[in-house]
Amino acid sequence: MEVVIETRELSKDYMRDENPVTALKGVDLRMTGGEFLALMGPSGSGKSTLLHLIAAMDRPSSGEVLVLGQDLRALGKRELARWRNRHIGFIFQAFNLIPVLTALENVMLPLKLTGLRAKQQLEHATTALELVGLGDRLHHFPRQLSGGQEQRVAIARAIVTDPDFILADELTGNLDASSANDVLALLCALNSGHRKTILMVTHDPHAAHYARTTRYLDKGVLLPEGQVPQDWMAAPLPHASAAMSPAQMQSH
Amino acid sequence: MMVPLSYNTRNLLVRKTTTLMTASGIALSVAILVASLALVEGLSTVFANTANPLQLLVLRKGGDSELGSTVSTEDFEILRSVSGIANDQAGQPLASQELVNVANLPSSDNPKGMNVTVRGLSPVGIEMRNVHLLAGCWFQAGKREVVVGKAVSQRYPSARIGNHIRFGKGDWEITGVMDGGQSALNSEIWGDFNQISGDYNRQDSSSSVLLRATDPVSLDALKHSVEDDPRLNASAMTERDYYQKQTASGAPLEFLGILVSVIMAIGSGFATANIMYAAVVRRGKEIGTLKTLGFSEGSILLSFLSESVLLSGLAGALGCVIALPLNWVTTGVGSTTSFSEIAFRFHVDAAALLAGLIFAVVLGAAGGALPARAAARKEILNALREA
Repeated sequence: MEVVIETRELSKDYMRDENPVTALKGVDLRMTGGEFLALMGPSGSGKSTLLHLIAAMDRPSSGEVLVLGQDLRALGKRELARWRNRHIGFIFQAFNLIPVLTALENVMLPLKLTGLRAKQQLEHATTALELVGLGDRLHHFPRQLSGGQEQRVAIARAIVTDPDFILADELTGNLDASSANDVLALLCALNSGHRKTILMVTHDPHAAHYARTTRYLDKGVLLPEGQVPQDWMAAPLPHASAAMSPAQMQSH
Repeated sequence: MMVPLSYNTRNLLVRKTTTLMTASGIALSVAILVASLALVEGLSTVFANTANPLQLLVLRKGGDSELGSTVSTEDFEILRSVSGIANDQAGQPLASQELVNVANLPSSDNPKGMNVTVRGLSPVGIEMRNVHLLAGCWFQAGKREVVVGKAVSQRYPSARIGNHIRFGKGDWEITGVMDGGQSALNSEIWGDFNQISGDYNRQDSSSSVLLRATDPVSLDALKHSVEDDPRLNASAMTERDYYQKQTASGAPLEFLGILVSVIMAIGSGFATANIMYAAVVRRGKEIGTLKTLGFSEGSILLSFLSESVLLSGLAGALGCVIALPLNWVTTGVGSTTSFSEIAFRFHVDAAALLAGLIFAVVLGAAGGALPARAAARKEILNALREA
């Protein structure tokens, strides 16, 4: 299988109130095509930091990020912007839709940077919205949509360019249980039906339940596969849940 | 590629109040600028229409205005015989001896009175101008009669046909109103040369002599013949040059208008910068999102700059619309050459409107440049963390 994401000895330090903080310590992570990985850990464990480094939204203090074999350190600001547009689809916890644009216009935004003609952009965006079940909400503004619908628009925006992988940052954090299940099922479908590589950051064991594999970060350190942080042992493990996730069901 | 313009237009509409207030300031600055330019253009049009390109105005050597010049009747006779002067249908040379003075007439705006140019001339002088009677009849030689220009008739209540106005040694009856098109002649009072020069005790001299050359080529030769003739102590300039110089009468007003609009523009520029900075702060998360989607710093800069320019451009267009009705406004300005009032209509032409729009766009670009740069330079994560 093709290695899509690889981090080597990735570390990130920064200053908070004049005190040095280590967010990530020598993280080695490998993701192959079609994988659906949930990255879990308590607040401050470095999950989002790792996601931001992989998305080239931040620069590491040391180590390297290789995406499809490309070392991101070699890219300048403009190349990184283009790279983000071509290779990743990012889903935010707070949806981050542009409030003055309709659902369709929001989904068309990343397509503006491609060579597609306006008509093709419209077709692609419409298809993406239909795929997430919002074909009847094309011309609605974000304020006219529910939280779950907004997040589905955000997912449509993340997949419309057919990126190499999807990064999701606490995508169910602002949703009720029912909407959360809907968008997680959608993510599962994208992974199983369209072979999308997905890296999802979450601190919700239920959300992680939908991924094929789960890894844990503890105080900036990525724990080996199957290992759970000590203070999480008391909580019910997502994979020990009686109910099987859609991903698990498909793998059986 | 650019962030879609609809993103900017809708953001302007979302913050209606601040957009309107800033746009009003810019629109007003532009309207004042356009008005200043329209004033000068109107004045320039009036003087350009007054001048005949084939005519020369002869003044005393060193004199630069008809009011301060003296040309003797003896010199006039010499001038009439200079070669290169066109003849009228009767074979007489088109040369007009004219006396210029000022009369004080009260107006509704100025009860204490304003100076109006009084011109004494003979029928050939009338023939040499592009004027026609609007009402009444021409003055008769030997009578204390005058014809007033259209603007004088409109602006001075006493200057109506049948009324008497007082200047020189007594009263003069108004027998007609003349129309000189869009020219300074509408701001003059005309009477018989001999009668008026008698009133001002200048029977042997005039203020100026107007000559018409046969063609454009002989105009220059005629000018040199007049100036080089040792019997004459005279200077000659084309009528066009003479009136062109008078356009400078509007310069102080133009300067004042431009100064006011520049001062207002500085204020409007700061207001634009202020609301754009506020927009950059308020839309930090959107900037972070756009960057995450792949929009470059250049695209973000261009987007915010476009928004600022769009705002100022629309405000500029509004300012132009505000200034447009000036096209139907007639006003007067005191000429520093004739020491009398010249009535003219503002002329809002395409050049003035274009200048107003360019002014607005430059203002928007200047006011929006730094906020747009700040937006473009935001680090993604910092921008995303902004509320």
